[in-house]
Amino acid sequence: MILVYIILILFIGGLLAWLFSRISDALSRWISLIFLIAGFVFAIILWLNSSASFEITNSQNWITEIRFSWIPQFGISLHFAADGLSILLILLTLFLGILSVLTSWKGITKNVGFYHFNLLWILAGIIGVFTSLDLFLFYSFWEVMLIPMYFLIGIWGHENRVYASFKFFIFTQASGLLMFVAILALYFIHGHNTDNYTFDYTELLGTNLSPAAGMWIMLGFLIAFIVKLPAVPFHNWLPDAHTEAPTAGSVILAGLLLKTGAYGILRFIIPLFPEASRNFAPIAIIMGVAGILYGAKLAFAQNDFKRLVAYTSVSHMGFVLLGAFSFNQLALQGVVMQILTHGISTGALFIIVGSVQDRIHTRDLNRLGGLWEQVPNMGGITMVFAMASLGLPALGNFIAEFLILAGSFQSTVFWTIIASLGLVASALYSLRILQKVFFGEKKEEWKISDFEGRELLVMASLIIAIVWIGIYPQSFLGTSQASIQRILYINESTKTLQVKSNSIFRKVPGFGEVKKDAELK
Amino acid sequence: MNNVPVMAGLILTGILFIIGVMGVLIRRNLIFILMSIEIMLNAAGMAFIVGASKWTQPDGQVMFIFILAMAAAEVAVGLALILQVYNKFKTLDADSLDKMKD
Amino acid sequence: MLSLLWLIVALPLCGFLLLAIFGRKFTKTVAGIIGVGTVGLSALLTILIGISFIAGLSHTKIYVQTLWQWFYVNGFNPSIAFHLDSLSMVFIFVITFVGFFIHLYSAEFMYDEEGEYSQFFAYMNLFVGSMLILVLADNLLLLYLGWEGVGLCSYLLIGFWYKDPANGTAARKAFIVTRVGDTAMAVGLFYLVMNFNTLNLSSILSSAQQQWPSGSVMAFTASILLLGGALGKSAQLPLQTWLPDAMAGPSPVSALIHAATMVTAGVYLIARTNILFILSPPVQTIVAIIGTLTLLLAGFSALTQYDIKRVLAYSTISQIGYMFLALGVGAWSAAIFHFMIHAFFKALLFLGAGAVIISLHHEHNMFKMGGLRKEMPVIFYTFLIGSASLAALPLITAGFYSKDEIIWFSWSSSIGNPWLWIGAIIGAFTTAIYTFRMVFITFFGDTKMKPHKKPGNLILIPLVVLAVLSVIGGFIQTPSSLGGVSIFSSFLNLTLPAVITNHFSEGFEIFFQVITVVLALLGIYIAYILYARRRPAERNKSAAANFLLYGWGFDWIYDRLFVRPIVWLAEIDRHDFIDYFYILIAWITGLGNTILKQTQTGKLRWYAMGLVIGAILTISIVLLS
Repeated sequence: MILVYIILILFIGGLLAWLFSRISDALSRWISLIFLIAGFVFAIILWLNSSASFEITNSQNWITEIRFSWIPQFGISLHFAADGLSILLILLTLFLGILSVLTSWKGITKNVGFYHFNLLWILAGIIGVFTSLDLFLFYSFWEVMLIPMYFLIGIWGHENRVYASFKFFIFTQASGLLMFVAILALYFIHGHNTDNYTFDYTELLGTNLSPAAGMWIMLGFLIAFIVKLPAVPFHNWLPDAHTEAPTAGSVILAGLLLKTGAYGILRFIIPLFPEASRNFAPIAIIMGVAGILYGAKLAFAQNDFKRLVAYTSVSHMGFVLLGAFSFNQLALQGVVMQILTHGISTGALFIIVGSVQDRIHTRDLNRLGGLWEQVPNMGGITMVFAMASLGLPALGNFIAEFLILAGSFQSTVFWTIIASLGLVASALYSLRILQKVFFGEKKEEWKISDFEGRELLVMASLIIAIVWIGIYPQSFLGTSQASIQRILYINESTKTLQVKSNSIFRKVPGFGEVKKDAELK
Repeated sequence: MNNVPVMAGLILTGILFIIGVMGVLIRRNLIFILMSIEIMLNAAGMAFIVGASKWTQPDGQVMFIFILAMAAAEVAVGLALILQVYNKFKTLDADSLDKMKD
Repeated sequence: MLSLLWLIVALPLCGFLLLAIFGRKFTKTVAGIIGVGTVGLSALLTILIGISFIAGLSHTKIYVQTLWQWFYVNGFNPSIAFHLDSLSMVFIFVITFVGFFIHLYSAEFMYDEEGEYSQFFAYMNLFVGSMLILVLADNLLLLYLGWEGVGLCSYLLIGFWYKDPANGTAARKAFIVTRVGDTAMAVGLFYLVMNFNTLNLSSILSSAQQQWPSGSVMAFTASILLLGGALGKSAQLPLQTWLPDAMAGPSPVSALIHAATMVTAGVYLIARTNILFILSPPVQTIVAIIGTLTLLLAGFSALTQYDIKRVLAYSTISQIGYMFLALGVGAWSAAIFHFMIHAFFKALLFLGAGAVIISLHHEHNMFKMGGLRKEMPVIFYTFLIGSASLAALPLITAGFYSKDEIIWFSWSSSIGNPWLWIGAIIGAFTTAIYTFRMVFITFFGDTKMKPHKKPGNLILIPLVVLAVLSVIGGFIQTPSSLGGVSIFSSFLNLTLPAVITNHFSEGFEIFFQVITVVLALLGIYIAYILYARRRPAERNKSAAANFLLYGWGFDWIYDRLFVRPIVWLAEIDRHDFIDYFYILIAWITGLGNTILKQTQTGKLRWYAMGLVIGAILTISIVLLS
């Protein structure tokens, strides 16, 4: 029930924030902050209480689950449930949500009520995505988070916001429709097989699909997820959307919206389509590696601070794809960590970019430089997150990247080595940020003030989070462990047909040692 | 009636219909276009009558009554529109009335 | 007592946190006290722990302290745990002790410099903390944490004077070049995880010994990947190019990070994972060859430098080459012995050079110095002792004992080789020349610049202490012909395997030592003739000298091979050519719109015509088919 409360809190909070903005903007801000904190408290309660029941391994055993009937004629129900993976993502969502409200405290002055309405509804949509176990419901939430985001970019964005919001909308909507078609196909095939027409995830698991149908339906889902993720070559909406969105919008886009793609791969692709996903793995891994390197290369080339940070997301999300399609616990746990740490570190970098821009109204790296002298706090904090994003140990991202690469090394040696070059590439762009913004000579005389109270609070909480994950990730790994084990278990046990070794994808170079994976188990 | 061959009736309706179509396509005055449409409608109606007499069924005549009613309604609405158009644009030339392009 | 081990690491890290968070609120004195004090306490604690460790050697040779389990995934469970044995004992002793004196020196050195005083000490403390984690780590993942941590500090401190973009470039170069090595090392870690599902050092080493036959591909792969990391960090061929540029940092930084401690991390890594290297003889040979080549290349480059710190930088590369040579021939403890002695005298030389540079208004060019012997006597004598130790002046200096041991083992070891020996003695010869070239140019002759301030006690005390250590440090390990003291090697052999030597007669050994001694003395004499008598007014600008000056053209090659293509690639594809694909789709859609828009004329008869043609077509298709 607590899940429904959290989602309702956000929906109602959004409406109230909109209504009360007629009285005062400040009231609207406070309402959204308080409702988010309330939701966060609920999520923490859920997290703490659930730690006892993490021994689940194989059975369908959710930490919390609730189901109402919705449209029984079509087998549609309001089925919410959470396991460790969902709980971590809910925590991240609400954490970043609170920080987003705090960062837009002073920057947003236009239509404050509607802004917070959109913000809270996006968050509600995202939490819905993370918790719904009915594919129809899932798709509804998938759309709920899309439209407010479109408004957020289109109304409160920067110079080129209309173009960016359209691009964002078309990319995600087109891919979302493919997913909807795939959902319907799965619904009808399952209904035809068992005479039980239902959208329920738990019942659709283990649907018997012919290899061709499995591959096509999986691709329908996967395209929606990898456009959202995004993977090269579907990443082009991201730099525009991230760059043009207001600061909080970028934080939510990078920190949360991308994660719905990663979550979708973990929750749907791997368990629902065991053979298809394994057959497709080589291509997905290559796309992931391409994303790591190509994203890093593009990030290194940018002269717009915000665009640079946007492209780093492409690079980091490449790791998610690489890890998710390696099908072992190390890599999948790494993916979970990457989801959390990338949300924190990139969110922080976007907040930093936003505060630079709010102060001096430029993001052009060629005009910045030598700011350290004036804003040492901002410089030091940027240093922390630049280091996080290049994967410095003791900060969370290292744990994530290490686990992913160590895991993927066991499924493909060659592509993992290529992906490891991303470690060098990430150093190139991260150090470029520091050099171009904070070190070197001053190019122009800027009047810029350092972080003050509210911003320091935001940054301090982000730093604590990233260091926590860096030196004691077990508190999060432990939460997601059972879910990851179950996802893998379902993938392996329902794999009725052996993965065909003569599939065309198996002939991709670098995958000769796939069999070793099976031997290791 | 029985000594008129069906084919002759159909040819007549066909000729009438083509005259109507040509009228719609060639004439530029809206009133003539409207009249040509009437000819087309009546040609269609006549085809029904011919069919009805061939099979000696009343359905064709029923259809003709429908068409007649519809044609009347159409003329009423059409003429009203034409009057409005004339009031607004002071012309009934179909080719110069292309505001809907944009 | 041993249970306080964690405090050695925690103290500098606490200092870092305090200084990083509240640094700007402290006065310089307070910041200095925190910065120096935490490392000082660490050093004190190290001595106490060292005493109790040595006292307890009879029953515990290894002390492991687990603080907490880092994470647990599918049986892979690295901990935050410290591992104290004789090898790490030597390292933590050098790090805290030399580190403390360098901090003490910095307290005065950095006082009037630009840049935030507290920030400098924050970075230095973080460095000491990370370096201690590196050498105390009980698993390779924690070692990697320290490894990257010291890399970060090196980056921050090279670029400490951030206003000059050249410093930023040098800092980034250091970080990225070492990162290339680190990536190889990371792949090595993945490989080890795949094979053993653990990174715990002792379990890796014992299972490798049991499961991998000598000369196996697995051992080869693992050791060569780890070697990659070691080459980057220790500035060995072909990743040596970052170290000379790293001299852009303040001198205490060069002394601590780029001479005494961090750059020897590679030596530590190889010594720590010695079993992997022993299991793959080809890699060990590669280590020896790389060491020899590096010591020669860097030694020759040092001959032509005019920047006093770059002479020292190249000499550092060269001396680490000796350590690699020792590792490569299996003389593990000799490498570590040279590491320790090198830390003493090289830190001393850098600190001395720093004192000279700062009193001459940041003048680095030796040819503009001269005659400083009379102006700064204490610095001169300590510098002279350091140089003598570096040049391996026989019998009295520590450098002689440590280097002589390596040169001897490079031939006499069972996997040694006369060619390695020849390389080593040529290296020793050039060392003597470039060292005394530096001494003669800087301190002898006429005074060209007057020092503007005299160094205070905080600068002089570390110099004197390190000078004393550079002399007496050698007496704990002497060759059999000179007493055969083996305190150091027997201590280290608790952890590291002893060197296996071919049998040579004692006379043979003495003969070889005489050759080394003669060459070193000859080198000093040549330097005397060339630079003390003739006193050239400026550097040799011939093409060959320039070639050596710029480090054998490695930078030039790397610039063309890697830097420019990457920058070019970045620039031509700044706007992401994949985007053009989507722009093309949008354009085609737009084109379709334009074309179809033509049919919408607004003309009624045009539409009617369309209807008619459509009807005719449909009917004819129905009728004709």
